Amino acid sequence: MTMKEEFARVRVSQEISEGAGGTGDAPIKCQVEDLNFYYGKLQALRNINMVFPANQVTAIIGPSGCGKSTLVRCFNRIHDLYPETRYEGKIILQPSGINLIGPETDPLEMRMRMSMVFQKPNAFPKSVFENVAFGLRLREINGKDLSGRVEKALRAAALWDEVKDRLRESAYTLSGGQQQRLCIARALATEPEMLLFDEPTSALDPIATGKIESLIFELKKNVTVVIVTHNMQQAARVSDSTAFMYLGKLIEVAPTKKMFENPSNKLTEEYITGHFG
Amino acid sequence: MSDFKHIIAKRKRQDFLFNIVGILCTLVGILTLGALLADLLIDGLVRINWTFLTSFPSRFAERAGILSSWVGTLLIMIVTAATAVPLGVAAGIYLEEYARRNWVTNLIEINIANLAGVPSIIYGLMALSLLVYQFRLGQSVLTGGLTLAFLILPIVIVATREALRTIPQGIREAAYALGSTKWQVVRHHLLPYSLGGTMTGIIIALSRAIGETAPLITIGALTFIAFLPPPPIKGQAPFVSFEWLTSPFSVLPIQMFNWVSRPDQDFVVNAAGAGLVLIFVTLLLNAIAIAIRYRVRKRIKW
Repeated sequence: MTMKEEFARVRVSQEISEGAGGTGDAPIKCQVEDLNFYYGKLQALRNINMVFPANQVTAIIGPSGCGKSTLVRCFNRIHDLYPETRYEGKIILQPSGINLIGPETDPLEMRMRMSMVFQKPNAFPKSVFENVAFGLRLREINGKDLSGRVEKALRAAALWDEVKDRLRESAYTLSGGQQQRLCIARALATEPEMLLFDEPTSALDPIATGKIESLIFELKKNVTVVIVTHNMQQAARVSDSTAFMYLGKLIEVAPTKKMFENPSNKLTEEYITGHFG
Repeated sequence: MSDFKHIIAKRKRQDFLFNIVGILCTLVGILTLGALLADLLIDGLVRINWTFLTSFPSRFAERAGILSSWVGTLLIMIVTAATAVPLGVAAGIYLEEYARRNWVTNLIEINIANLAGVPSIIYGLMALSLLVYQFRLGQSVLTGGLTLAFLILPIVIVATREALRTIPQGIREAAYALGSTKWQVVRHHLLPYSLGGTMTGIIIALSRAIGETAPLITIGALTFIAFLPPPPIKGQAPFVSFEWLTSPFSVLPIQMFNWVSRPDQDFVVNAAGAGLVLIFVTLLLNAIAIAIRYRVRKRIKW
């Protein structure tokens, strides 16, 4: 075991080790240090410090405009597509120790190591197969490997049985929930280090939502998951730890069970009990 | 309640009134177009036959044909499309996807919008001084094609940009999130998804160019030409020849203009015949544009 891995194995905190579904000595996948983020002059994230344990689901909740999507979009540097966005601080990815928002880091590399599932299903107007294959083709995976990896990803996204006979059909012939699972398959195919969900079920009906939630629960065996959600029941159902954000600040982060039963911050309690937001 | 009935009846009358006004306004447009077409058909249809399409112009109206002018139109359109399409599409993609938003791009944008409205004869004057006198390209197919390419370039650029704008931002984000470079996003996603809109714009632009007369007269297109440009394919190596680019030319609208300006009534019939051919080609181009748009809309619904 290298020094870095040793470091990563240090317990995250007492709280997380007792967390609901927590794995005790959870190695850290990612740590956010003094993160500030600006859209032009507007500061959207204020001094965020938190850790994301490996192979766990971390939910980020908070009212609209609190910065939860902004935070998760830092992880794959998607903000860099837009002018006048600026990061300060560090987001350290373990075990490599790379600062993914550092000036020396190529946003393209971070996007190849992370995957994101967006709010609205955004499948490409291509065939089911090509949707999943696109990320693999970018990584120069071709031929026999390609179809194997596509199948594996579709199975992991619990979509294979529904689409195995229609791989050549347009993705737009699938239902909304199937399209979102196709997007999850597309995100999984590239074997990312972290899987980022940005309100993945807000455009879906309860049945499709249920399927995706149970899927997220399965996925954490292989990948570290971050999920931004409006829906507190969803956070309670799928996550191991939950972070509450308000006005660009991280108010509280705790094991999900503790967060919903006994939050330590007054603001968190008011939000969770529905007094605002 | 009776008050309501009164108010409803009044508003329904207004509704009905506009319905009538709308029908009348629509009819004015349709009837004018229909009358024009009918007039052309009545005058020109008698002249449409194989000899008319395969004969050179002549001093005798009944022997005169449109061979050199339709070949000229075709060649000019090939040069125009081959220049305006790559230039316009690339410029449109650059402006929409690559260029940073600042005062320079704003200035360029305003200029392109204005260029689309510049009278075509101004393009003719510019081409005359730049292409004919400065670059010494002659009064050739190449000059004519490039002139019309300049003319439709802004239309192609605007159409490309409009087509790109209809692609939801979520699609771009999805492609970038997978690790694409900008060029990969353009090449594998934006270009194919915007193809329908771009193609429609290109064809509309070409159907505008095909009827242009003024700029081509300005650069010195011939009104009487009794030979064809050298063929592009040759018997001996290297088998392809671009000599036709330097050949003088005439086009359908100029041939029409020439015939209409003659006193002899028989030549006016010839002009109507040529007009029919021109309108047929234009309508055909528009039909292709509509077909493409329809097919793409069926395939891609955002």
